[in-house]
Amino acid sequence: MLGESSLPQLLWWFAVAATVKLLLIPSYHSTDFEVHRHWLALTHSLPLSSWYFDETSEWTLDYPPLFANFERFLSIFANLVDPQIVHLHNGLNYKGSSVIYFQRITVILSDLLLLYGVYRLSKNLDSLKRNLIWVLVIWSPGLLIVDHVHFQYNGFLLGWLLLSISFLVEGRDLMGGFLFAVLLCFKHLFAVAAPVYFIYLLRHYCRGGFVWGFGRLSVMGAMVVAVFAAAYGPFLYHGQIQQVIRRMFPFGRGLCHAYWAPNFWVFYIILDKGLAFLLRKLGFHIEAPTASFTGGLVGDSSPFAILPQITPLTTFITVLLGLFPCLVQAWRDPQPRLIARWIAYAYTCGFIFGWHVHEKASLHFVIPLAIVAVESLEDAKHYFLLSIVSCYSLFPLLYETQEYPIKVLLLLLHSILMWFGFSAQFTTDEASEKDEQITNKESAGLGKRSTTGGKEGFGIGWIGKSYLFGLLVVELWGQILHHYLLGDRFPFIPLMLISIYCALGITYSWIWQLKRILKLS
Amino acid sequence: MQKKGRNRYKIDVRSDVKEHAWWWVVNKGITPLFLLISVFALFVRVAVSLHPYSGANTPPKFGDYEAQRHWMEITLNLPAKDWYRNSSANDLSYWGLDYPPLTAYQSYIHGLFLKAFDPESVSLFTSRGYESYLGKLLMRWTVLSSDILIFFPAVLYFVFVYHGRGSSMRTKSELAWHMAIILLSPCLILIDHGHFQYNCISLGLTIAAVAATISQNELMACVLFSLALNHKQMSAYFAPAFFSHLLGKCLRRKNPPLEVLKLGFLVIGTFSIIWAPYIHSRDSALQVLSRLAPFERGIYEDYVANFWCTSSVVIKWKRLFTTKVLKLLSFAATVLACLPSMIQQVLDPSSKGFLYALLNSSFSFYLFSFQVHEKSILLPLLPLSLLALEESRPLMWLTHYAMFSMFPLLRRDKLVLAYMALYALFTLIYFAPGVRCSGKTTHQTQKAEKGRKTPSLATLLKIAMAFLYLCSLILHVIYLTMHPPQKYPFLFEALIMLLCFSHFLLFTFYFNYKQCMLSKFLTSKDKEKKNI
Repeated sequence: MLGESSLPQLLWWFAVAATVKLLLIPSYHSTDFEVHRHWLALTHSLPLSSWYFDETSEWTLDYPPLFANFERFLSIFANLVDPQIVHLHNGLNYKGSSVIYFQRITVILSDLLLLYGVYRLSKNLDSLKRNLIWVLVIWSPGLLIVDHVHFQYNGFLLGWLLLSISFLVEGRDLMGGFLFAVLLCFKHLFAVAAPVYFIYLLRHYCRGGFVWGFGRLSVMGAMVVAVFAAAYGPFLYHGQIQQVIRRMFPFGRGLCHAYWAPNFWVFYIILDKGLAFLLRKLGFHIEAPTASFTGGLVGDSSPFAILPQITPLTTFITVLLGLFPCLVQAWRDPQPRLIARWIAYAYTCGFIFGWHVHEKASLHFVIPLAIVAVESLEDAKHYFLLSIVSCYSLFPLLYETQEYPIKVLLLLLHSILMWFGFSAQFTTDEASEKDEQITNKESAGLGKRSTTGGKEGFGIGWIGKSYLFGLLVVELWGQILHHYLLGDRFPFIPLMLISIYCALGITYSWIWQLKRILKLS
Repeated sequence: MQKKGRNRYKIDVRSDVKEHAWWWVVNKGITPLFLLISVFALFVRVAVSLHPYSGANTPPKFGDYEAQRHWMEITLNLPAKDWYRNSSANDLSYWGLDYPPLTAYQSYIHGLFLKAFDPESVSLFTSRGYESYLGKLLMRWTVLSSDILIFFPAVLYFVFVYHGRGSSMRTKSELAWHMAIILLSPCLILIDHGHFQYNCISLGLTIAAVAATISQNELMACVLFSLALNHKQMSAYFAPAFFSHLLGKCLRRKNPPLEVLKLGFLVIGTFSIIWAPYIHSRDSALQVLSRLAPFERGIYEDYVANFWCTSSVVIKWKRLFTTKVLKLLSFAATVLACLPSMIQQVLDPSSKGFLYALLNSSFSFYLFSFQVHEKSILLPLLPLSLLALEESRPLMWLTHYAMFSMFPLLRRDKLVLAYMALYALFTLIYFAPGVRCSGKTTHQTQKAEKGRKTPSLATLLKIAMAFLYLCSLILHVIYLTMHPPQKYPFLFEALIMLLCFSHFLLFTFYFNYKQCMLSKFLTSKDKEKKNI
């Protein structure tokens, strides 16, 4: 009964979002747009065996095979719309309206998978929670910014993830595992959650005695192998597996991106800079690092002056260490109701400690956490802060003036919706008598805001408020004050401030999630 | 009655909790709700402003965007007395200022803003046809800020006034729906933020004036409406309604002549302040006036879905009569068309009747007055959107045909994508699940009972309208994809015009009928309501 009546509502939210996405078609798009266009051309014009060898454009194919096949599928339609889109050479940097409309619309349509994923995940919840989750996911400002302005297919991929989680929550582990394996063959960055999946499935799916468990383990193993074989098999057949791997893991890219993703390494870099500065003042001779972060240049050379160098292996180990408490919990008591939380935590660890993390990766945990956010007041408070910080950390992606009001209004809209939703969610449980009072008051003086009953109501406390206020100050500094006070000097400071300030918030979120996970089991 | 309303209200909120998916959005009260909707409406406007404007990259004349920019250039660089005068510095044949002084002042202020960030875009002479990334952004932001500063607060004021007193029968989700319908009217957004104009200012001032009138604040209403008139002379479409409603109200007071005099003084006072630079001499005032009434442009332009243009398919007005005769003819027709609603308001002024009168007078101007532009359909749509909860079905029909009547124009501006998206958004909001189920059915059945005398005619009409709706959808596609036959290059435009005109006319009759019925209805049944 619940599921039936709710679908129109969900479709309505989705359709409204789709009209907005259509309106955003002429907005700025990043080089990722050309990347994906080139992949359309590449997969369309070349045989499978040359996909991972092609170097016609600098934007070589660096996603796993299933994504390449997805592009191949889209290129069939692209060819019908305008053959120039899929032309390997003539299509380079093609900016015609046909290609813009085509690619933008494929993103909008591929969001249907996100819609299905979120529908499946929320269909058994009560109406209010369901509505909230839909709004948080479908109207996620981060997704709109990254997918529909900046240009990527994250909504589609996160749809797979949500779908996989929804099966796990239902206890249908095999299907959940299958979907996750498929997801990994679409985008390997999602592999950060693989340890959680592995431990959870091992303990939850493969339980019930040695023989039975081993049988299930082999079923699961066979299934995963089958998925990977289907994806990578053709390349294995052509003997190109090494080339595929090399393309997929370009470790030469350095620890941080040109704009530092707000994670742990930001503090590390700042500490290094600070120490170097201090020691130089004290008269020590410190060699300047060969590559500078602030210059935007990041090579595989060593950028640290004092602190030990960070290698991909170091980051790998720190991520695993961060994950460890969560894995222990998953091992001890694999509960389906906690799996979304664990997976989100895994992506948070990956974001905080990972190698060459992109700020867009924060979507990987913000979206799954939306499902968790409606569970309790504490979760809601945490999510409120986290999603604002993560969305704000995406602001530098849209650096052109034209999109400035768009990102600000999206964040504002999201914050208001969250505020409405969470306060409605967490004040309904109060005594009905109080409810009556409120409605009376409101009907008497329209618009007079009811005070949400003190201790129980939704609020983020003074620390949260002052943190968000700080966000405003950072933004004001970057947009206005820096220019007036410092002129053109230190042009890297505004971005650095955003990184550091958001890193504070996201690190807090990581610690909070960890504490929460330890507490809940 | 008040108490009863409150009880119903509570019940409604309760039922919201159980059934409505909207409860969590609306439970905070009107102002936060308005904040949410206006942030969304603003976001939509910003998104539309990414699209091209009229006359982008089309020298030598460009379009309305260039006109507005040129006015900023003129007002910023010349003294006020030269704004409307042809001179070596002000070539009136190139987008000369032809709106009243308030528009000129607004251009001056916006010009200052542009000058601060992009001086090149408003420099005298050299900036003609100036187009740049930053210039476009700044211009767009001037419209956005006008919307935020004038239109949005006016809508909030109206909603407070209209729904705040006594009529708390509406659930909060209905109020939210009403606000969204007014703020997200696709036509207004497309013309202001796509095509490029500042209708939000004059329409916002009109809404504020309407709200002031409803809240019995006639003095303020007079000032606000005078401001609207001085921003765009087109606001005169509403003048008969304001005039007759206020007159009717004054006649019911203790001392009618004094009341009328008070209002008259305020109007004259406001006008004289705004016209201060021009009223020192007869000549300069006449000079401005002649700019505002460009009779030389003919009775109609392009393909506008009004009476003169549509009937010109059969009767060649422009060839048969001189401009002078046509002026008289159109004046007589307009007055005749809005006379019934005026008489109704003088005899029996009421808030709802006033809104209908606004609708009827603006429609009669659109259909019969001299020199009407396609974009003028925004004016009748405004009171209709204010009546959205009462006239929801006609609102949908007319929004559709209003959009359609501007389709050729918007297509020329390359706004087809925005057109489709906004139309879809409007339809979605109109049919938002679970908002108006309960309230409307009773309303509808009442209406159905009343119209039961001739059921076959009603159903026939419905079928015909559905058929025409289908035709209009097909015509959209044909207009986009096919070329007209060589012999009739404007065949499609003419068809669109015919289709739209027939609906506009039909609904004008309908609304006039509704307004008259209102009067009968009131005297017999709702005596106590009038006492408020």
